Amino acid sequence: MPEQTLKKMSYAEAVNAALRRALETRPEVILFGEDVGVPGGVFGVTKGLHNRFGDRVFDTPISESAILGGAIGSAMFGMRPIAEIMWADFFLVALDQIVNQAANVRYVSRGEATAPITVRTQQGSGPGACAQHSQSLEALFAHIPGIRVCMPATHQDAYDLLLSAIWCDDPVIVIENRNLYHASKREIVIDGNVEPIGRSAVRRPGTDITVVTWGSMQFQALEAAEHLAEDGIDAEVIDARWIRPLDMDAVLRSIERTGRLAVVHEAHTIGGVGAEIVSAVVESGIALRAAPVRVGTPAVRIPAAPTLAEAVIPSVTEIADAIVKTCRS
Amino acid sequence: MPENSPRDASDLVELFTTMVRIRSVENEIARLRSAGDVVGSVHLCSGQEAIYAGACAALNLPRDVVFPTYRGHGWTLACGVPPYAVLAELLGRRTGLNGGRGGSAYLTAPRWGMCGENSIVGAGAPIAAGAALAATFDGSGRVALAAFGDGALNQGAVHEAMNFAAVRALPVIFLVENNHWSELTPITSTVRDEKLFRRASAYGMPGARIDGNDPQGVQRAVARAADRARDGSGPVLIEAMTDRIVGHYIGDVQHYRAPGEMETILAAEPIGRLRRVLEAQDTTAAELDSIEQSIHHEVAEAAAHALADPLADPATVLEHVHA
Ligand SMILES: Cc1ncc(C[n+]2csc(CCOP(=O)(O)OP(=O)(O)O)c2C)c(N)n1
Repeated sequence: MPEQTLKKMSYAEAVNAALRRALETRPEVILFGEDVGVPGGVFGVTKGLHNRFGDRVFDTPISESAILGGAIGSAMFGMRPIAEIMWADFFLVALDQIVNQAANVRYVSRGEATAPITVRTQQGSGPGACAQHSQSLEALFAHIPGIRVCMPATHQDAYDLLLSAIWCDDPVIVIENRNLYHASKREIVIDGNVEPIGRSAVRRPGTDITVVTWGSMQFQALEAAEHLAEDGIDAEVIDARWIRPLDMDAVLRSIERTGRLAVVHEAHTIGGVGAEIVSAVVESGIALRAAPVRVGTPAVRIPAAPTLAEAVIPSVTEIADAIVKTCRS
Repeated sequence: MPENSPRDASDLVELFTTMVRIRSVENEIARLRSAGDVVGSVHLCSGQEAIYAGACAALNLPRDVVFPTYRGHGWTLACGVPPYAVLAELLGRRTGLNGGRGGSAYLTAPRWGMCGENSIVGAGAPIAAGAALAATFDGSGRVALAAFGDGALNQGAVHEAMNFAAVRALPVIFLVENNHWSELTPITSTVRDEKLFRRASAYGMPGARIDGNDPQGVQRAVARAADRARDGSGPVLIEAMTDRIVGHYIGDVQHYRAPGEMETILAAEPIGRLRRVLEAQDTTAAELDSIEQSIHHEVAEAAAHALADPLADPATVLEHVHA
């Protein structure tokens, strides 16, 4: 068991600490992306790493295909690249490298070749972010066999999940949330064990309904749960954390107790991970006491004006209303 | 700067007016952003106005069309969109150019020939090639201009667009606004040959580097390229050298700038420079001051008007996703 250290840091600093540890302990780790080297990242997440690790941390051209392909190819030859795609939306200009290439390497070679890449990106909507900078794309990646996807939302997970991703022998996409980067400082454990991938976390135990959520939307879900506790509804809030592999066992165990399900996410409900969870619960045959409910963004582009964006992105009230409806039916 | 005939001088005043209007609207936007009335990320084009004024003066808008990037307030205004519509859009008002859907980075005004800002680097280039492709079928004589930064030259989409346009001799102008920076990284650290226009020859099209702070020079280069494109001779790559006199976005502290860099840039910025040219000709300082004042007044009024408008209506948010 490695020696553990407690440190107070921001979510961004937690990511930085995980990157530093990976670079320190694994010489095959390299880190690159647009503005991540000399400038230290547009959100300041990679600050100091270029100075400390030199050429192993570098800036790339604005060439997402080259960034991802460069990661895949170098991973096939012994490196452990961590690539950054600055915003999740920018993945789309180079999706081929993820969907047709990275995901395929192990499968077609029957394990003779592998592509253990970690791609860090961030998503989430903030005021005025608008259509090409605010999409929640986890379902798109989760759809592809061969790709792992996680969405750390706590400071500790920002550190732990990233390390699990880097240590994983398959391609992993780590979707951070830019609204969390500099929001607060928390005490976190660093230098602990590298956790296995794919575990969910219970953020609030409860008995009346299972609320499955992930990413920053869990904070709204938790707030809704606290309001509802005053009204006598005791909601269990599970942070799925890993979208793929999804910890359905934990969800099913919870639902066996509560008999009710709400899925809450920021992404569009259409074709989403929420639908996947609802189907898996229905398929499990566990008898629900009420129809399950999904709360997410309707099928619309994300508008720029705050009044418009607020109208479509789930709010605490909307989440609470959906839970109440399920519990009272 | 070559001597100008009297007719040129009046055109220069027009170019000056457009450039001052862009700068003035952007200064207003910066104020509204720090006051919190405008939210989100805003990319100003201050320092690059000569490109927009010169290029739009050379085009026949809205028959010709432009496809700018997120740094597109200047293009939008140079296309003739009123400051009020732009300001109301950034303020998230229902009277805004796009009803609040677009904001700073997605201004779209097809009726003015402004076919939409784009926040994905390089994405506008293939679309502009498509608009030009349509022109080869519809007999409109349309020329499409794709504008993007120096960093965008490293996008696959831009390479594909240039080759596609060249091989089909499409009437497109690829206009690089080379301001030396891609966000926080200098272009010199992401390309080996920083004379970007030289890439044109690889695709079999002409390329040229021009002074992007000289509006008349830009106007001439774009006019020539447009004539050529309309003749069926295909695309051109123009690299217009300029500088942004502001950060990449509002709030960028620009720690990456070398000491003294900004002073040099400000000494060459296009509005002051054009003012000096005009004053050296027949326009008096008082005349120029009065142009500036009337524009500041027009912009301040537009902002006040837009601020008083109602916010975008949430009831309409689901409209226009599909036909
Ligand atoms: C495909 C894609 N990758 C990355 C980004 C993030 N990004 C936004 S602006 C920018 C720099 C662009 O530089 P340049 O093309 O020179 O244009 P400038 O901003 O200087 O006008 C980057 C990397 C993006 N918007 N789209």
